[in-house]
Amino acid sequence: MNAPAKIETTLKDWETDQEVRWCPGCGDYAILKAVQRTLPQLGADPANTVFISGIGCSSRFPYYIESYGFHTIHGRAPAFATGAKLANPDLDVWLVTGDGDGLSIGGNHLMHVLRRNVNMQIMLFNNEIYGLTKGQASPTSREGTKSPSTPIGSYDHPARPAAFALGSGARFIGRGFDVSKHLPDVLKAAHAHKGAAFIEIFQNCIVYNKDVFNDFAAPKGAEDRQLWLENGKPMLFAGDTKGIALNRETLSLEVVDVTDGDWQSAGVIVHDVTNRSVAHMLIEMPFGPFPMALGVLYDDPRPTFEDAVIEERKRASEGKEANLAKLLGKGQTWTVSGTAQDPI
Amino acid sequence: MATAAPSDADRPHSGLPASPEAVVVRFAGDSGDGMQLTGGQFTLSTALAGNDLATFPDFPAEIRAPQGTLFGVSAFQINFGSREINTAGDAPDVLVAMNPAALKVNLAALKPGGLIIADTGAFTKRNLDKAHYDANPLEDGSLAKFDVLAFDISEKTIEAVKPFGLGNKDALRSKNMWTLGLALWMFDRPREPIHDWLKAKFKSKPDIADANIAALDAGHAYGETAELAGPLKQVHIDPTPSAPGLYRTVTGAEAVSLGLVAGAQLAELPMFFGGYPITPASAILHHLARLKEFGVTTFQAEDEIAAICAAIGASYAGQLGVTSSSGPGIALKTEAIGLGIMTELPLVIVNSQRGGPSTGLPTKTEQSDLYQAVYGRNGDAPMPVIAARSPSDAFEVAIEACRIATQYMTPVMLLTDGYIANAAEPWKVPNPADFEPFPAQFLTEPRGEELLPYKRDEKGARPWIKPGTPGMMHRIGGIEKHELTGNIDYSPDNHQRMTDLRKAKVDNIAVPDQDVCLGETSGKLAVVGWGSTYGPIHRAVDNCRAKGMDVSHIHVRHIWPMPSNLGDLLRGFDHVLVPEMNTGQFKTVLRDQFLVDARPLTKTSGQPFQIAELEREIGKFFDGVPGNEGGQVPANDQQLPSTEV
Repeated sequence: MNAPAKIETTLKDWETDQEVRWCPGCGDYAILKAVQRTLPQLGADPANTVFISGIGCSSRFPYYIESYGFHTIHGRAPAFATGAKLANPDLDVWLVTGDGDGLSIGGNHLMHVLRRNVNMQIMLFNNEIYGLTKGQASPTSREGTKSPSTPIGSYDHPARPAAFALGSGARFIGRGFDVSKHLPDVLKAAHAHKGAAFIEIFQNCIVYNKDVFNDFAAPKGAEDRQLWLENGKPMLFAGDTKGIALNRETLSLEVVDVTDGDWQSAGVIVHDVTNRSVAHMLIEMPFGPFPMALGVLYDDPRPTFEDAVIEERKRASEGKEANLAKLLGKGQTWTVSGTAQDPI
Repeated sequence: MATAAPSDADRPHSGLPASPEAVVVRFAGDSGDGMQLTGGQFTLSTALAGNDLATFPDFPAEIRAPQGTLFGVSAFQINFGSREINTAGDAPDVLVAMNPAALKVNLAALKPGGLIIADTGAFTKRNLDKAHYDANPLEDGSLAKFDVLAFDISEKTIEAVKPFGLGNKDALRSKNMWTLGLALWMFDRPREPIHDWLKAKFKSKPDIADANIAALDAGHAYGETAELAGPLKQVHIDPTPSAPGLYRTVTGAEAVSLGLVAGAQLAELPMFFGGYPITPASAILHHLARLKEFGVTTFQAEDEIAAICAAIGASYAGQLGVTSSSGPGIALKTEAIGLGIMTELPLVIVNSQRGGPSTGLPTKTEQSDLYQAVYGRNGDAPMPVIAARSPSDAFEVAIEACRIATQYMTPVMLLTDGYIANAAEPWKVPNPADFEPFPAQFLTEPRGEELLPYKRDEKGARPWIKPGTPGMMHRIGGIEKHELTGNIDYSPDNHQRMTDLRKAKVDNIAVPDQDVCLGETSGKLAVVGWGSTYGPIHRAVDNCRAKGMDVSHIHVRHIWPMPSNLGDLLRGFDHVLVPEMNTGQFKTVLRDQFLVDARPLTKTSGQPFQIAELEREIGKFFDGVPGNEGGQVPANDQQLPSTEV
């Protein structure tokens, strides 16, 4: 498949005439703008771009992007996207889901779209709450979250979207948050990845789970709390005074101090986006003792599902003629001639 | 006639006549005995001999039930004859019982005076115990009212395949071919097609092919040489007069698959089939998976929901989306069907019905998903429903489903059932050129100044716009939408209009007028059926008419919307009887739509109707008709609709 021709657009070209209906101050506005800013930079063609979503606040997204859009049913967007992509592999598909849509009701479909590796960008807006249904605890809500359905506090252990994705076989895992200026870079990397690219976007639900990510997303002290990963670069943060190293005895990550920029002698790891084991450790790195790992955590492409389907169809059709009349009369047949008592 | 008339009970043991009009044979054995294969191959050779036929495979839901048990019995019944055959037959004339359990389970069905062929080699103490027989029925005189031909098929098979050096266990696997050979001799059928088939099936294991051929030939030779004065006689059945042309056998699952391929071609669209394994619908996925060269993509999804959602996604992107399942799977797909109705995208949903509710009877047939098909969705969600009446009819019905789906931009449900899916019958191979194409149209530029993705054509269908089309970007979804732009619109007037428009679109689908397939267009009694009850109803009505009863057979293909003349047609009859394999679902729909006094005749045993039981019920309406003494019109006591408000 040839890469489609790049089209020149501006942010304005990606805005629809529809009134945006998210709550004022919702993190979704920032994500929408980030996406609308990214698409022109990708040279994306609105006519060839499709946003497919499930149900929830995040899933209203397609209505606000001037491209093709399909707002489907709760949790099932990956299945619709898979069908659309198999029908027309040239479409540039963006999937929009949330923590409830993608990990609760739609967990099964998310798992399978990732393991099959259908070429698309999957943006999971994680706000750790059910927003559209007025604030119930979600599968990513932290233990003890008080909500209308968990008045004394939730007690189930939260799902971890990026770990789920990696375990499902995802070959690209990115992380960002709604108001981050780096979000477009993560989206661009996801788009450049051929295959299912999973992006967890922490999103602030201003009404039901306000500022729940502030511990690492707040501008003040961000340097100390965010580890922005870059391929081939050492894992440094806190103004390059700290880094992530591997403790070879416990086979786990640790934070080390870096003095005078000498990260080598501190044992800081150089980020290799194709290293699945390190990706797993970065994903599981607990925030608090560690900074939040952000950016492209893992990127190691392998053949896509739609390419395999096309290849299979080609192989299965080789040397065969699509002749319906012949197909209908296939197998052991007999002919009844004009005199009906006389079968041949 | 293949029905069990009461007088048969007194019939002396005369065996089969030398040249009967029709014969019913049931092969029964352990599920590991290869009875379905035996039946299938006997069917093929019978078709090649020019007989009309109908089959009824009846097998357990378990893959390989414990050997010798009653619940592990697998049977294959075939009715074939020199006249038109409508059903697989009420009662077998011949029962082949490969073990005691097979005899026990199937004996009740056998026609009095019928012939039992039993393998004494399998009637061991152990197997008799498993079948809960205290004494060997072949020896204790309990089968006195039947003809019994019992001999050691196991031993004879081992003998026949000896030259191939197989162990006893492997040798016994050819038992079914030995039996088939005997049956082929008995009914004067050619062996060559089976030879060819065995050679092709065991291409990489020529020894096995040869052993099976030897067993087949030995069974055949046994018949030839052992033709005694006893019950084993050769029977000859003349070919059925049928229209000239090329014929083959076809099962419903094959016919649906071929019809979908034909329908996609007539719509000039590639087909996307999303499926998930479920009995008895999986066969359609298997057939289509081998037809990739016809532009068919098959996708085995992670679940039933994903299967339909992927199909809708493919339709959205411009292909003909198709999904298929059985009752429990259809239930899971229901929400997505609603989205298909709301976004007005073409989609064909095939439901191969089985016994329900819940997991129910996975391998048995029923028609109990009619309410589910017509009414079973949230919201006012109208959807066309059509039903196939036989394996071969399923071909045309599948094409019709593709036509309605693409022409009216709507999901369509095609109903078949376990019986149609598995049963085989001769099929006059249609010529694809005889079908009118209905090319799908895609909108590539706005019809007026503005792009209006929900502006309808004269049929009420909205335009189909493929993503990827320049300048036509728009958004669709499951939220109520504006009647022209398709943008979100919750306003009261708009929802009222959209509900009305969706209903009107489906109500006004062009459906051919209902015909009467047997009998007059008005009169005393109309027997109204749908789906796979066609065969037994047709034969029963035919028989009753021959006895002088004023009865007609009407068989409805278009369940929703119904043919516009159907109400008037039904009102032209004094009585309307609706036989169906459920508790009276179509009867309710008919009453609701036409306020007619439709009476139910229901059966939910997992088995198709028998001709005799239908004749008995029809007869009740005809008191005093000669040959029907004692018949009477039933009292008006069966859940009739009240006219009181």
